[in-house]
Amino acid sequence: MTTQQVDELGIDLTGPEQATTERGGHASRGMLVWLRMRKSPRFWIGIGIVGLMALWAIFGPLFYPWKPNVQDLFNTGSPPSADHWLGTDAVGNDMYALVMAGLRTSLIIGLIAGPAATLIAAIVGSLAGYLGGRVDAVISWFINLMLVIPSFFILIMITPVLNHLIIPGLIFFIAGFGWMVMGQVVRGQARSLRQRDFVRAARYMGIGTFEIIRRHIIPSMASLLIIDATLGVVGAVLSETALSYFGFGIQPPRTSIGTLLADNTQAATTQPWMFLSPAIVLVVLLFGVSLIGEALRDALDPTSGAARD
Amino acid sequence: MTELDTTTEQGARRVTRNTSGVPLLQVDNLSVDFPAPHQPGGVVHAVRGISYQVHEGEFLGIVGESGSGKSVSSMGVIGLLPSSARVRGSIKFRGEELVGKSDASMSSLRGREIAMIFQDPLSALTPVYNIGWQLTEGLKLHDRGLTDRAAQARAVELLRIVGIPSPERRLLSFPHEFSGGMRQRVMIAIAIANDPNLIIADEPTTALDVTIQAQILEVLQKAREITGAAVVLITHDLGVVAGNADRVAVMYAGKLVETGGVDDIFYHPAMPYTAGLLRSVPNMQTAGNQRLVPLEGNPPSLSNLPPGCPFEPRCPAAIDACRTAEPELLPVAGADTADRAAACIRSDEIVSGRLPVSEIFPRPEAQEIKRSRGAEPVIKVHDLVKHFPLTKGAVFRRRVGTVKAVDGVSFELAPGEVLGLVGESGCGKSTTVMEILELAKPQSGAVEINGVDVSELSNKDRLALRKEIQVVFQDPMAAIDPRFTVRDIVAEPMRVHNVPERQQSHKVAEMLELVGLDPATASRYPHEFSGGQRQRIEIARALTTDPKILVLDEPVSALDVSIQAGVINLLEDLRERLSLSYLFVAHDLAVVRQVADKLAVMYLGRIVEYGEAAKIFAEPKHPYTKALMSAVPIPDPEVERNRRRILLEGDLPSPVEDFVGCRFAGRCPLYLQLGEEQQKRCHAEDPQLHDAGGTSAACHYTDQHRLISG
Repeated sequence: MTTQQVDELGIDLTGPEQATTERGGHASRGMLVWLRMRKSPRFWIGIGIVGLMALWAIFGPLFYPWKPNVQDLFNTGSPPSADHWLGTDAVGNDMYALVMAGLRTSLIIGLIAGPAATLIAAIVGSLAGYLGGRVDAVISWFINLMLVIPSFFILIMITPVLNHLIIPGLIFFIAGFGWMVMGQVVRGQARSLRQRDFVRAARYMGIGTFEIIRRHIIPSMASLLIIDATLGVVGAVLSETALSYFGFGIQPPRTSIGTLLADNTQAATTQPWMFLSPAIVLVVLLFGVSLIGEALRDALDPTSGAARD
Repeated sequence: MTELDTTTEQGARRVTRNTSGVPLLQVDNLSVDFPAPHQPGGVVHAVRGISYQVHEGEFLGIVGESGSGKSVSSMGVIGLLPSSARVRGSIKFRGEELVGKSDASMSSLRGREIAMIFQDPLSALTPVYNIGWQLTEGLKLHDRGLTDRAAQARAVELLRIVGIPSPERRLLSFPHEFSGGMRQRVMIAIAIANDPNLIIADEPTTALDVTIQAQILEVLQKAREITGAAVVLITHDLGVVAGNADRVAVMYAGKLVETGGVDDIFYHPAMPYTAGLLRSVPNMQTAGNQRLVPLEGNPPSLSNLPPGCPFEPRCPAAIDACRTAEPELLPVAGADTADRAAACIRSDEIVSGRLPVSEIFPRPEAQEIKRSRGAEPVIKVHDLVKHFPLTKGAVFRRRVGTVKAVDGVSFELAPGEVLGLVGESGCGKSTTVMEILELAKPQSGAVEINGVDVSELSNKDRLALRKEIQVVFQDPMAAIDPRFTVRDIVAEPMRVHNVPERQQSHKVAEMLELVGLDPATASRYPHEFSGGQRQRIEIARALTTDPKILVLDEPVSALDVSIQAGVINLLEDLRERLSLSYLFVAHDLAVVRQVADKLAVMYLGRIVEYGEAAKIFAEPKHPYTKALMSAVPIPDPEVERNRRRILLEGDLPSPVEDFVGCRFAGRCPLYLQLGEEQQKRCHAEDPQLHDAGGTSAACHYTDQHRLISG
């Protein structure tokens, strides 16, 4: 038979890892991906960055005397010092404490909303693609409708009403408006998978529709979905930042990276620490997540460009 | 007329052959390696030192299974290997060395002296130019003085030679407007355009239907006669070689293992691989009476070959000496020609008869198959119809026609019986079985399984009925989910029917054993198995719910020849042991003859002949069945030489067409023999299946079927 076997998403199952895993048992697809990931420096750097930042955002405040929204009225607008590590803002809030709190908010929103959008896309898209017919027509119509709704304006209208539910609300809306493009991709994939013999075989075995989608359709698109979920984190964090920047997202007294950037834009040139510290944190976080996403993509699909270096 | 007497043609070929002087093509110790960083050895030795000659006007058949290096070696001759390939050895064309020649100087040789015909004519023709342009391009390239007008005239002439109707008009057609068979004709026209001395045909008919294959082989022979060129035909099909080649070279694991005249190879093989291959192939003329001889095992990996004969692990005649060194291709003792050679240390014993082939590959005992006669049919299909709407336009869909994929099909499958459903691609046989497997109300007609009309089933009953009828698909790699372990794959039908976990494991082991796999391999993944083993996994999965009916959709056509026999034997055993009924869909008549009790021949959504398989094979009544059977190549040179072939005109018509009379009339060889009055009836009246002396046929003139003979 052929010397190289590649499954439907182009995953090379007979890579160099084959030999190493065969000794220790039988490598599953997940194992192969993991073995490939393990060798990727991008993955470790990305995981390191995101992991450390998450730990810092959660446990950092325990080791720092200042709390956010506690003004040091003797030190307003002061540059970084031994007392205030990243300086203070115009009203004397400690920037270091604020950045940690803001990062926490942004991370919560990003880590939930990104994968949630992917989950919606996977379910809705594969239902439309697999079932076809009328269901497909309705869902496709709905996707197109969602795509033309100006989501930003809806969010602007809704956020004032949300009040203390602002974080779940933002997660809900960012995910709710972020799944459509992926949904269409999943629909297309599911449509072609429906014609594949192993899906037909499952149908003729008598396996139910939802079981087929759960066991055969969605796992066949796993690599696509994992990459989308990872990169979706980046998108969600950016959406939250953008909304908050314009004053429609997180409202005081809560902080997020977006509000910090918005509050301190004025000072960007005169007192750069106020603007730069949240900006750098944002850039580094997104960089880390993107690295993980890229490493995942390369591990799942060795034919994509970066795998050859 | 549509009949061609191949006997006289063969005779003529032999006379024109000229074997004296410098051979046209001389390949010496040719090796081709490909770097493969992912493989254990780092290098794939695709061709490992082969030598052969082709003389002027000779027809050489190179036979081998997939991965044997047969295509790579001929790509090396024409200089079309990828740049990563390392070529060593010598290829001399008329004494001129080709290895190491620049691509530019090879280009002047290609097309003019050496022409190539590829397997897939769609990808070998440029889709954006019409075929007239593609034909004249090659003509003008090698003869700069040719005027447009002359080139045009020559192109028309070439298309006429290869049998393309109204060639003047067709010059302006694009490749996608041609059917597969017509495209392959165009490829042959391009190949012979510059009157080459050597035509290399790489599996030219593998992608085509059997009736079209017969046409193409005929055209290839005609092209050879007109140009006087030598032909190297690369194929995996022994039948194609038997009927066409003068000499045969058998390849295995990148080496030639046996060469010789076609009769020597087929009647006195000197190498166990050739012998095994010949015995494993079902022969349409003799199949059904005896069991096939399986050739166990798989070809070795070409990156990490162990020492010794590469066939040794699969060879029943292997002795200790086989494991120490790889045998050279040496002349066979007592042979009358120099090129009669075999690479086997025991070839002398085999040739002299001290080690008869029947002892190396003993034929398994034929099994007595008990049949319960007279019982209720397990599948009863009555007037089944499946039409697909043909729509045009993206925004406003409008119906422009109907594809009548299945148009009134009726048959019955009795318990313990095998019904073969045969026909060319596009005849609707797969759609028919998929409609049955849906277990839903058909568009029109009725499907009964075990006496129950499926259109009245509740969902619960339908699920219960699924236990009784299971399916095996063509390509095991596509039909099993690559993410699951073998255990999960085989257990999947049991999950549906809520079989307890404990019982599942037990059953999986039992099923794997039943299909001849080691139950200890249950935790592995499908990609760790070979093609034949994967098909066994699929069969095991189909059997876990203890069904009584198996629908087999081309179960062996994706497998290599030597693997096929094992799977066919397994299916025959299982049927006997578990008293199964098979609905066996296939395009290969030899395979069907091997397994089927009853036969239904489909043509354009209808069954044209139906009845006992033995009777139909003995005396087909419908002209289409006759043509189909006569088109199947038989792996026996003597039989092939004396066969009269009924060639069908043209291609399968589109199923969108509306027919008033007989659908087959346009291609029918019998129709051409009829008087005008009789022909009128063919056009006016749609023939129905009716009794025609033991079998039923849908032809008005079954009483005159002897007018055409195959």
